[in-house]
Amino acid sequence: MNPMNPKNPLIKVSYYPGCSLHSSGREYGESTEAVARDLQVELGELPDWNCCGATSGHATNERLDLLLSARNLWIAEKTGRDLVVPCAACFQRLKTAEKKLLEGPEKEEIPIGYQGKIRIKHLADFIWEDVGPKKIREKVRKPLAGLKPVCYYGCLTVRPPRVTGARDPEDPKVMDNILKILGARVMNWSYKTDCCGGSLVLARPDIVRRLVGKLLENAEEAGANCVVTACPLCQANLDGQQDEIVLETGKKPKLPIFYFTELMGLAFQNPEAKSWWKRHLTDPRKLLKEKGLI
Amino acid sequence: MNKVEKTTSDQAITPDPGFGREVEENSRTRVSACFQCLKCTGGCPVTFAMDLMPNQVIRMIQLGMKDEVLRSSTIWVCASCETCTTRCPNDIDIAHVMDTLRQAALTEKIAPAQKEILAFHQIFLMTIRFLGRLYEPGMLGALKAWTRVLNRGEIKLGWKMFRKGKLKVIPRAAGKGSELRAIFAKAKQKVKGEGSKVKG
Repeated sequence: MNPMNPKNPLIKVSYYPGCSLHSSGREYGESTEAVARDLQVELGELPDWNCCGATSGHATNERLDLLLSARNLWIAEKTGRDLVVPCAACFQRLKTAEKKLLEGPEKEEIPIGYQGKIRIKHLADFIWEDVGPKKIREKVRKPLAGLKPVCYYGCLTVRPPRVTGARDPEDPKVMDNILKILGARVMNWSYKTDCCGGSLVLARPDIVRRLVGKLLENAEEAGANCVVTACPLCQANLDGQQDEIVLETGKKPKLPIFYFTELMGLAFQNPEAKSWWKRHLTDPRKLLKEKGLI
Repeated sequence: MNKVEKTTSDQAITPDPGFGREVEENSRTRVSACFQCLKCTGGCPVTFAMDLMPNQVIRMIQLGMKDEVLRSSTIWVCASCETCTTRCPNDIDIAHVMDTLRQAALTEKIAPAQKEILAFHQIFLMTIRFLGRLYEPGMLGALKAWTRVLNRGEIKLGWKMFRKGKLKVIPRAAGKGSELRAIFAKAKQKVKGEGSKVKG
């Protein structure tokens, strides 16, 4: 268990960070843990969890995909706590495996005895539904006045709704709601759940740049001065490809790409927040200084 | 629509009448229910990089055009965003059909139209097999060595990520070696020739 856990937790959950939160999405992991402490949530990292296989797993070997997630679910159920997952892709793979193990013909084939006694939730849904708006509001020390984010949910926090349980897969609102409580002026846009290209970034960066370019262009058109994400791959693609897009098209000013947990930490005035900004490839400090937030 | 010609050869098409059933069984989704409303293609974010539109893939499965479908770029370019699956009025899990087609292409040992994409998947899974978790520097290095393409933009991005502490130098293994080995062994009947076959 995490030694940094809050002393008197109100909620105790299991936590599956996924591979990215230990490396390229490090600030997502750090901000998640910091914000959880502020909200009195104890995150018990799943002991000895393994990779979910991500796109590569289900694209090339569905059986492997299922077995990788089944092992994680089996470990999680033993803890008896609900499982919270910050990465959109991990979340969707775990939910897919859950559905197969409980309802599909795979139930007989894979005798791991998973009974579905725990709930699997994406971090944003967990914070909004289980922790709740009242608790979030209570913790806000510095409202995010001047920030005009668009919320970018990406694909796999919501799709397919049959698996994720998303109520409104075309227009999710959880992050919008959270950001509004933090005092940001959330802008409306039509690209909340449009794809960034995901892991194609390594084999076909041209495809990802075209998709990311379109997203950034529309974020600006919506009047946003930053984008807020809930997926380490979305953040990496939107944040990391901007230099190349500027080189190729020569026109776009850069937009900072935040994790929603980072902005929660900032509004809560969590002292650790200052160590997150320097990890961004598109530096958000200029915007945050301009708005008097750091 | 004229893009269909790209993957069909000059020779007459030899349909495989069992193909539709095979795909329906393996994907557990009713491809035959498609009435070509084109919502899948309308919402697909990557059609600009595809040689067959998603609705064409579905129609061609119904017609038994196995070879054309399995040789297409589309099945590899699909980003698995699940927009098509979410919007299909007939509940066809199109994204899952794409998974099924990729795996059929591997089983049939058909050279992928997008070699780099398959190489990425295989190298990704190789790092999971050895370490239980993704080790980004190892995966990136292996992929770049395989494709032998490394441009200045990528070097710059890699260096920036490293300097910002976004690339872990030392990998951390997980998954109790033996348990993960068992998982990969169990799944092996479908993992086909890592590395060697990619170049086929």
